[in-house]
Amino acid sequence: MTPKNTEEPVGVGGPGTAAGTDTLPASNRDDAQGMNVVARSQGQLVARRFFRHRGALVGMILFGFVLLLATTSIGWGLIPGWWDKSPTATGPLINGGRPTLGVWPEFLGGGGVAWGEHPFGQDDIGRDYFAVVMRGTQVSLLVAFLVGVVATAVGTVIGACAGFFRGWTEAVLMRITDVTITIPTLVFAALVATIAGRQGIVFLGIFLGLVTWTQTARLVRGEVLSLREKEFVEAARSVGTSAMRIIFKHILPNVIGVVIVSVTLAIAAAVLLETGLSFLGFGVQPPDTSLGRLITDYRTAMMTRAWLFYWPGIFIIAIALSVNFIGDGLRDAFDPRQNRVRN
Amino acid sequence: MLTFIARRLFVSLWVFLAASLVMFVLAVNVRDPLSEARQLPDGQREAAIAALTERMNLDEPVFVRYFMWLANALTGDLGVNRQGQSVNALLAERFPATVQLLTAATVLAIIIGITVGVLSALRQYSGLDHTVTFVAFVCFSLPVFWVGTLLKQYVAIDLNDWLRDPALAPMVILLISVVIGLACSSLLLGDRRTRLTVFGTTTVGMALLLWALSATRWFADPGLGIIVIALTAVAGAVAFTTLVSGLDFKSPTMRAALAAAAVGIICSFALGPVLADPSLLTLLLLIVVTVGVCFGLGWYIGGELFRRSAITAAILTGLFTGAVIFTDRLLQAFAAYSAHSRIRGRPISTIGPSTPNFDGTFWELRLDSFGHLVLPTMALMLVSLAVYTRYTRASMLEVMNQDYVRTARAKGLNERAVVTRHVLRNGMIPVTTLVAFDIGTLIGGAVITERVFGWKAMGLFLTEAIEQGDPMPMMAFFLVAGGAIVLFNMIADIAYAFLDPRIRLS
Repeated sequence: MTPKNTEEPVGVGGPGTAAGTDTLPASNRDDAQGMNVVARSQGQLVARRFFRHRGALVGMILFGFVLLLATTSIGWGLIPGWWDKSPTATGPLINGGRPTLGVWPEFLGGGGVAWGEHPFGQDDIGRDYFAVVMRGTQVSLLVAFLVGVVATAVGTVIGACAGFFRGWTEAVLMRITDVTITIPTLVFAALVATIAGRQGIVFLGIFLGLVTWTQTARLVRGEVLSLREKEFVEAARSVGTSAMRIIFKHILPNVIGVVIVSVTLAIAAAVLLETGLSFLGFGVQPPDTSLGRLITDYRTAMMTRAWLFYWPGIFIIAIALSVNFIGDGLRDAFDPRQNRVRN
Repeated sequence: MLTFIARRLFVSLWVFLAASLVMFVLAVNVRDPLSEARQLPDGQREAAIAALTERMNLDEPVFVRYFMWLANALTGDLGVNRQGQSVNALLAERFPATVQLLTAATVLAIIIGITVGVLSALRQYSGLDHTVTFVAFVCFSLPVFWVGTLLKQYVAIDLNDWLRDPALAPMVILLISVVIGLACSSLLLGDRRTRLTVFGTTTVGMALLLWALSATRWFADPGLGIIVIALTAVAGAVAFTTLVSGLDFKSPTMRAALAAAAVGIICSFALGPVLADPSLLTLLLLIVVTVGVCFGLGWYIGGELFRRSAITAAILTGLFTGAVIFTDRLLQAFAAYSAHSRIRGRPISTIGPSTPNFDGTFWELRLDSFGHLVLPTMALMLVSLAVYTRYTRASMLEVMNQDYVRTARAKGLNERAVVTRHVLRNGMIPVTTLVAFDIGTLIGGAVITERVFGWKAMGLFLTEAIEQGDPMPMMAFFLVAGGAIVLFNMIADIAYAFLDPRIRLS
């Protein structure tokens, strides 16, 4: 998600504001002022601000860790992972299925740092719970990514068209948005997921994306409304550029900040939406599992085998929290005005 | 303004109709309602299918069924569910509990969220601000059902066990006192010495208070007593006056607020018999009377010059005093409630919206619904709380950077006037729209929360209907939930236009 140093400068100021700096040498000495002036592209500025945001950095590391753990440990499809147990194979219950993961070192009076045979314990039929949770994390992440991408794509196109064309197009598109908002998201999602969920998790993700794009559409429309009045759009129009080309080449690169932030926030919301739906029984259907389903399945085991309930919850929180922090860091990086210190 | 409202109403109506059509098409197709009937043995199958087809009009096309539903719904008849029960009756039975939960969560989230957001913005980049930001992010990321289950399994059981023998351990006293001391000192602006002094005094004071309460077993039979009520009312009067017009004990505003507090204290004696077991109507009437009396006090004491601030301060103080008296009555009823044969010393409940077949005084009934509401509300409001906090903070910071705020400071206004008159008033305008956005999320959250806490309310009504492919209850749910969303959106738009003339006139 690191913003790359693109050739075309992007950012809130529009191409006009940063275009000049790209042609300057990387470093030049300003003799009159007696100090070094370093020219940076808009992309570099954004990246610098992002990496200075401590929460975002920690979030990024945490998210990368969860992503790596989920994808490499039990593998994906036919690709094998480094963890030797599968989420479907059952085995003999060892020590009542208690987790063998130890995090307290011995010199602090704990049981020592250990990974053990079943780090997250075993469930009631002897499956390795680490493998099960990893499978659930994979599914939840996949659905969340799909929802984030679909919702942002739909929302961006609808918002950009509504903001750029105004008039009838805007009226119709924004009324469609209003209609979508009127049905409570969870209810809409539950209905759509029950209809589409039988087709598998990919369809589930895409269809959930089709009911959660409204926030992005409104945000993008707001940005486009102000951008379309800018001089560079007028210039493009005056040389006869087509509307589609203006939207995709001139306006959308300038709302990229809003869009990227909205992708991350949509992903964080989607993790919670999918797990909530699965908790109610309308999301991921067996034999697939997800973090939300795991919590429903083992809610009643809470008092006797609490670890079955804790691990999925901890992973949901870890994903949602880290993605939210990344989103916050990106927003600050793309729109530093909000962060200005009061004087 | 009137044309704006009329136009807004017209658009909302069409949007709502279109949404109901979308919802109906989805509701009809969600699941085959005949799937159970098809599994019946040969003899009964045809009859069952025919009966269901007749009852649910399955032989008509979807659009015909939609218009049949619409025509009936317009006359107030929401149809029958798959079992043939009247949806109106079911809705009336399930509706009140959900409204209670939603109202409690919304009101608390707004009050706490906005207060914390404002404080966080006023102390930008302080320890308080960073803590609030972090906690808000954690709240954003918590799954409602996970928190709900945790609260139910641990907080409810532990709290009930503790209430059986309510003594605080020294470590707990220390911990609570230190947290409260830290919170108080971080709200202050000032050098390290002032902060340390405030931290020290609050911590020690709090620790002594908790120790005394614990030693006298106050938590088993709580209550405030007239002295505490009076002190709190007077403190409230001083605080509200400070907020409204600045700390000045000689000002008419202060006198009006103190008078309101005094009248409130006298009334708590005089109205003793009325307050022993009032009805909800009496209570509402008392609130209206309080506002009226306080308005009169402010009008009379404030005089020409201070009328406005005196009325505001007096009304706020009056309502606050009323709330304190209300709390006192609730606390006094606690011991009797807890000892009741249906409660048996476990007042924090985890199942359902009220104790079945429980009957008692007004205060005991309130305590009963409070004991049932407290955990679901906590679980449900976390996300909204985070949203309000973050949004208020951002909005306040945006306004604080405006030129007119600098102008207000430059012309010599004190910080209180700058914040309450200029920053707060304009900073709260965008927050009004948030209420509308938030209600949709809250309704979804309520469905999940009710499942966790086993409430037989609207959430179960909806999920059962989806599981059975029963469109009429789903549509009834949509009428209520979608109606609330449209209504709140409309109110937010109108409020926004009312508060910000630029919208209305463009």
